[in-house]
Amino acid sequence: MNPTLQLFLIISAALFCIGLLAALSRRHAIFILIGIEMMLAAAGLNFIAFWRFAPQPAPPTGVMVTVFAIAIAAAEAAVGLALVITVYRHYRTTNVDQIDQLKG
Amino acid sequence: MAHLITGLIFIPILGALFVSVAPRDYGRAVALGSNLMTVLVALALWRYFDPATAGLQMITRQPWIPNIGAEYFLGIDGLSLLLVLLTSVVFPFALLAQRAGRGFCALMLVMQAALYGTFTAQNFILWFLFYEMSLIPAFLLIKVWGGENRDRAATKFFLYTFLGSVAMLLSFLAIYLVRGTFDFAALAAFGKSGLLPGKLGWLAFAGIFLGLAVKVPLFPFHTWLPDAYEAAPTGAAMVLTGVLSKMGVYGFMRLLLPLFPNEIKIMGPALLALAVCSIVFASLAAWGQSDLKRMVAYLSINHLGYCMLGLFAVTATTAVPPREAQAALSGVFLQIFNHGITAAALFYFVGLLEQRRGLRGLNDFGGLMQRTPLLCGWMSVAMFSSLGLPGLNGFVGEFLIFKGSFALAAGYTAVAVLGLLITAIVFLRAMQALFSGPLDESCRELPDLRLGEKWIVLPVTLLMFGVGISPQFILTIFNSTVTQMVRLLG
Amino acid sequence: MSNWIGAHLWLILAVPLAGSLVILSLTNSRRTAAAALAIVGQVLAFVLSLGAFLPTLQAPGYRVFTNFTWFTFGEQTLRLGFLLDPLTAVMLVMITLVSLCIFVFSVGYMASDKNFTRFFAYLSFFSAAMLGVVLANSLLLLFVCWELVGLASYLLIGFWIKRPSAAAAAKKAFIITRIGDLGFFLGMLWLYGQSGTLLFYDGGNGALESHGLLSLGASATFIALLLFCGAVGKSGQFPLHVWLPDAMEGPTPVSALIHAATMVAAGIFLVARVYPLFSLGAIAGVTPSLTVVVWIGVVTALISALIALAQWDIKRILAYSTVSQLGLMMVSLGVGGVVAGIMHLLAHGFFKALLFLGSGSVIHGCHEEQDIRKMGGLRGRMPVTFLTYAIGMMALSGVPLFFSGAWTKEEILHATLQWPVSRAPHFLMLAGVVLTALYMTRQMIYVFFGHPRGSAEHAHESPPVMTAPLIVLAVCVIAFSVMLTPAWPWLFRYLAGATASFAFSQLIQPGLFIALALVVLGIALGVLIYRRPGELDPMEQSLPALFRFLQHGMWLDELYDRTVLAFARGAARTSDWLDRYFWDGLVRGFGALGSSLGSFTKGFDERAINAGANDAAAAARDLGGLISRRHSGQIQTYLGVVAVGMLALLLLYAWLT
Repeated sequence: MNPTLQLFLIISAALFCIGLLAALSRRHAIFILIGIEMMLAAAGLNFIAFWRFAPQPAPPTGVMVTVFAIAIAAAEAAVGLALVITVYRHYRTTNVDQIDQLKG
Repeated sequence: MAHLITGLIFIPILGALFVSVAPRDYGRAVALGSNLMTVLVALALWRYFDPATAGLQMITRQPWIPNIGAEYFLGIDGLSLLLVLLTSVVFPFALLAQRAGRGFCALMLVMQAALYGTFTAQNFILWFLFYEMSLIPAFLLIKVWGGENRDRAATKFFLYTFLGSVAMLLSFLAIYLVRGTFDFAALAAFGKSGLLPGKLGWLAFAGIFLGLAVKVPLFPFHTWLPDAYEAAPTGAAMVLTGVLSKMGVYGFMRLLLPLFPNEIKIMGPALLALAVCSIVFASLAAWGQSDLKRMVAYLSINHLGYCMLGLFAVTATTAVPPREAQAALSGVFLQIFNHGITAAALFYFVGLLEQRRGLRGLNDFGGLMQRTPLLCGWMSVAMFSSLGLPGLNGFVGEFLIFKGSFALAAGYTAVAVLGLLITAIVFLRAMQALFSGPLDESCRELPDLRLGEKWIVLPVTLLMFGVGISPQFILTIFNSTVTQMVRLLG
Repeated sequence: MSNWIGAHLWLILAVPLAGSLVILSLTNSRRTAAAALAIVGQVLAFVLSLGAFLPTLQAPGYRVFTNFTWFTFGEQTLRLGFLLDPLTAVMLVMITLVSLCIFVFSVGYMASDKNFTRFFAYLSFFSAAMLGVVLANSLLLLFVCWELVGLASYLLIGFWIKRPSAAAAAKKAFIITRIGDLGFFLGMLWLYGQSGTLLFYDGGNGALESHGLLSLGASATFIALLLFCGAVGKSGQFPLHVWLPDAMEGPTPVSALIHAATMVAAGIFLVARVYPLFSLGAIAGVTPSLTVVVWIGVVTALISALIALAQWDIKRILAYSTVSQLGLMMVSLGVGGVVAGIMHLLAHGFFKALLFLGSGSVIHGCHEEQDIRKMGGLRGRMPVTFLTYAIGMMALSGVPLFFSGAWTKEEILHATLQWPVSRAPHFLMLAGVVLTALYMTRQMIYVFFGHPRGSAEHAHESPPVMTAPLIVLAVCVIAFSVMLTPAWPWLFRYLAGATASFAFSQLIQPGLFIALALVVLGIALGVLIYRRPGELDPMEQSLPALFRFLQHGMWLDELYDRTVLAFARGAARTSDWLDRYFWDGLVRGFGALGSSLGSFTKGFDERAINAGANDAAAAARDLGGLISRRHSGQIQTYLGVVAVGMLALLLLYAWLT
């Protein structure tokens, strides 16, 4: 089975949907964060795939963007974890159902 | 030479600036110094003024805001010079009359500048600017340095005169929209044939009339005056009655008469009746007062009523023999000057009494002649001058006014002479209550005139005698202006 | 000399005026200097007056005037002038001579007064003003001096300033004369307007000359009547006579000077001076204005003579007698006897000054007592005063031959007899003669005869400085009678502008006997009625109501107080009230109107204009609430919405492409 663009895109879409599902359904903030990381990874996979199947030789923009995205994701994870810890300290819970301070 | 008038206006303003930065105890001295300079400038104006020329002299004319017809246009004729001289006499007198701080002096100087401007401006915008500029210091002088009820009196004074000014301004805007100029002389040229058509003309007339009638004041627009004068500090009251009230009369002569001759003729009987009411009711009301200051204030209305009688007699009757018109107008001019001097002097004396006794009711004194003969003597001179005793200044003006107005409007004049009688009653009653009878216990310690006070009173009294005995030196100033005005009216 | 004085007439009034000003600047302690200055000034004025009088004798109808410009107004000039004619000349001599006597008398009378110098300043000023009145060749100058006379009388009547009654009397005198002066003022304005000049004589163009009179026409009557108002006020004619008796509050020399000899004479003088205005268009010497003058005079003469009968104050009797005599003079002027009126004025000036100074001497002798009930028997204690007073009394009563009043009264009666309108004034004046004799006899008896009562027991004769003027005046009274005899009517003719010759046969005339009979009747009646002077007047006993009525001056003061004055005071209060509440109320009403207009527009703004905006705002707020309720704060809900939204966008995109 040759690796084709479709295959990559399907995997990427599946990854994105799993991530989305996790972010929407889990109650624990950490798992939501993990879901978001998965969606980011799906986006990065798309970048790489579109670059790999573009007419060669092409400038390595897809790779570059993905590298940035991974870096940002790391930073984001750090910030997100810090937020989770702060929220936990404040509310004594990480259950997002009980954190509704944003409501109008 | 032409810049003398500009100097006259700006010296007091500079003086006011210097007063406000001067050391605390030197404010009045600086103000008096500034007044000395304006007196010198006014004398120079008088010296270089050519009494044989009827029209404007020493004209300064600069464009200012051409888009709205505003010009820096100054000039004097006999009437303006007379009022400039009056201002120059009354202000030093008023400043000397009162122990005054820097603020008071500075405001007085600003008012002085505004008055000089009002009496010399020949363009409506400029004139109106000065006219209104005088209102603010007057308001503050009453409001800050006034006596009892000063807030109420000051507000009433301000609102009343301001309302009149607004009416006047609207009228002039209407005139400008139709005629396209604010120049007095140019507008006067339209006057004969009707400045504005139909109802608009009447509205404009009514607006200007209201503004000026409040300022004079003419019955029944006078009710602000007793309150304001009563509350005003001595120096301010002297200026208010001596000069500020003349702005209204001046306005009548400079604006209303040349611009609306036809309207005035039609309204003649009503205007004359108002003037007669001013004379009779104000003097009667003065009789009903027990407060000296209020009494003098009412008599001020009465005396300005004579001015109005003369003016309206000249302008409001149909066939005017020049002989009589000249008499009446000369009388009005003289009366303007005389009343300025005499009324200021009366307020000064009332101020002296109040300063000594702390009260100024008619019944708070008694037998003063035994204790303060000099004060009583000099004050009597001012009172007799005011009631029109021959030999003093009041008589000459009143005689000429009545001579002219009797020939032009005999009935009104016959009623108006009652004012002469009632004025006499008012003053003699005051003299009886203040000067004669047994010495009042509370007046036992009152000091007589001090040396400084004598020197303040002396020149003014000499002026009263001078004008009363030989009025020619005043009459010469405006003889040709009068002649020209009569010719224009004829 | 004659030309010089004609050109320098102003000197006659300038000398006393200058004296007055100098005295006024002296301190109270310079008494001698003040008196000396005043008297020297008066002597100079007298000498100058004689100098002016003599040339007028040269030719009948002598008249000199000097006119000058006072000021120029517009294109016109206002001219004043001084005039010398027989009328002026005799008045000058009378005024200066009488004033001189009074000045000298005052030195004694006022000796103990603290304000001695001021008194002499006022006296000199008064004299100057009065001389101005007679010297004026212009109605305006006359008016000016006339008012200054009024001022002088105000100052002098109220001289004893501590006395409230003196201050009130001074005020009353000034104000009541000013009421008349309003008429004078209007008349003057009218005359000026009609004739264009106020000069009496101006080489044919004066107001009293043919040119001026022609321009007046029918208005002359009104002008004359208005001018007469001034005379009524100044000369104390009914109904404005009420100030004169009150004016006795002043020091007695003042009463003599002002209210007997000179100031009140000004009114008579005025009528005589402008007589051409009164007589313009006369038919047989009668004009409407002159008729008014006659009747006013008659009423004045009679009522004041009656009132004089019931007075107790020695000076008030004389005051009412003055009013009565002035009425008589007015009658004389009115019926056409101008010269007779003026001659009576002159004669009256001397004998009334004599009587007033005599009464001053009596008052001084009786230690400031003025009530004749507390006098009596002074004949022996004050012989000089008594003798001179008797001469004055006989002159006033009109005892014939040696007393000046008799001749002039006879002339007046003669003139009234020839009045074509009515005989009533003649007979009423005859009654007046009887009344005069009666009240003067009453006064003489009460003061000088009988037993001393009250303070008269310690009476003493006055010092020579006071009796000397009495003697001089008494001599004048008798000497003057010689000038007035019909046998040699030179004064009469001189004033009338004609020459006279001596004719002894003219001395005895039928009128003289009638006058004699009436005077004798009056004096005899007086002696009969008042033979026993006591606390109660005989009339008071028999007719108490009438006596009280007369004693209070016919209640005229009270009447004026209740009517005219009450009205005027009411008007003053009403004006003040109107001003405070009605006119100011109107203004405040306008203010209230403005502020209610303000609150109305405020309401309109809030309720009408703002309402829509408010609704819109409320709707927005509600919508916001609605939406905000959808915000649960559940992040996952938000995220789900985002996901659904993105899906929707994708579908939309797919559908569009």
